[in-house]
Amino acid sequence: MKLTLKIWRQKNTADKGGFVTYVADHVSKDMSFLEMLDVLNDQLTEKGEDPVHFDHDCREGICGMCSLYINGKPHGPLQTTTCQLHMRSFSDGETITIEPWRAKAFPVVKDLVVNRSAFDRIIQAGGYVSVNTGGVPDANEIPIPKIVADLAMDAAQCIGCGACVAACKNASAMLFTSAKVSQLALLPQGQVERKTRAEKMVAQMDSEGFGACTNTGACEAECPKGISITNIARMNREYFSAVVSSDNM
Amino acid sequence: MTWVTKTLNSTLGRKLIMALTGLFLILFLTGHVSGNLLLFKGDGGQAFNMYAKFMTTNPAVKLLSYLTYISVIGHIIYSISLSLYNKSARPVAYSTSKGSTNSAWSSRNMGVLGTIILIFLVVHLQGFWAKMHWGEMPTVTYDGEVYKDLFLIVNEAFKQGWLVALYVLSMIFLGFHLSHGFASAFQTLGINHKKYSPAIKAIGTAYSILVPASFASMPLYIHFSSY
Repeated sequence: MKLTLKIWRQKNTADKGGFVTYVADHVSKDMSFLEMLDVLNDQLTEKGEDPVHFDHDCREGICGMCSLYINGKPHGPLQTTTCQLHMRSFSDGETITIEPWRAKAFPVVKDLVVNRSAFDRIIQAGGYVSVNTGGVPDANEIPIPKIVADLAMDAAQCIGCGACVAACKNASAMLFTSAKVSQLALLPQGQVERKTRAEKMVAQMDSEGFGACTNTGACEAECPKGISITNIARMNREYFSAVVSSDNM
Repeated sequence: MTWVTKTLNSTLGRKLIMALTGLFLILFLTGHVSGNLLLFKGDGGQAFNMYAKFMTTNPAVKLLSYLTYISVIGHIIYSISLSLYNKSARPVAYSTSKGSTNSAWSSRNMGVLGTIILIFLVVHLQGFWAKMHWGEMPTVTYDGEVYKDLFLIVNEAFKQGWLVALYVLSMIFLGFHLSHGFASAFQTLGINHKKYSPAIKAIGTAYSILVPASFASMPLYIHFSSY
């Protein structure tokens, strides 16, 4: 396959940045998208040019590190992570546009790498549970209905990649925040901080500069882990019931 | 800031205001369309004119109408505030974005649809509502009681083809606005449940077709029956 790549290059956060066009020749259909970029970077390095910076880690679709807005969609044309996307999803001669996630709360570090620590700060604000230290508790000590455990696990599948923010026309982080609020609010272990968690995580999400949700459903459609917007409705319930009943002023 | 203002200033709080005012306006539209069906009664406008008088004089309706004004204004102000906020959340736009592959057109263009509806609302209020409240109106007498003849004004107005076209077009935009707004308001209120959401979505779709279509049928009926 021969491809034309239009890649966003930006030296640092302060730099204005712009697209640079590269030609990728002899691309195998069986390569993953990131392997295709690896080959391009090898060629750039051989030529003494600065390779294209992009985030990646496990390359197994479980860590949430890879990103890339490919041809107008986060993680490209399939509902998966970029590392699980293969070149067979593209056709010979195609032009592929690759951009970083675009959001005020995700500043570009370099090229296609964005700083997603805003997500970490949302987690720090309330995405945890209090537990007693000491001996290891027995498994299944706390009874949890299967259906509730499943819902919590569905929400816990979120890998925090930020595709929801990237897909949302408002750069809203509500799918991410709501998944994290939900996975803990649903379980007995999450009850201690339940109200404070909803209040603090929403406040942190707002202060990071993410937009507000307009219920377009784009996040759910693009999420590589299939997180549902029913979580956003749950977060709304959690938040409003918390603010009217908690002791936090 | 108190906890109340803090809540209402949060993104979730502002969305809540959009949802509540929107739902109240849906209730208003339901009442408005049902009352206006009296235009089809074929009694020379007697029932419609009596209804119009009731709607402008009854104290309970007065209270509801103030709530409607507040809802319209609140819905507009908060939509502007949220739109600006949401725009600022993405200072650098994507060069290519395939929104149509992951969301409905109407859901991505509520602001545009709302602005068109607002322009229509100004024309609509100025033509009928302002006239009924403060304008020179012809009168008609039923059983010795004098009524403003709004029926005549409506009939005269819809003899103009361009106005009928504007009304019908505006109702199509209203339909698209409602097709997202109805179910979306429930989602914002936190009502998303496998038992209820399919019904809410179905009612929302039916509502967004039936109500604008009923509204649009009125100028069309009057225009084409006047020949």
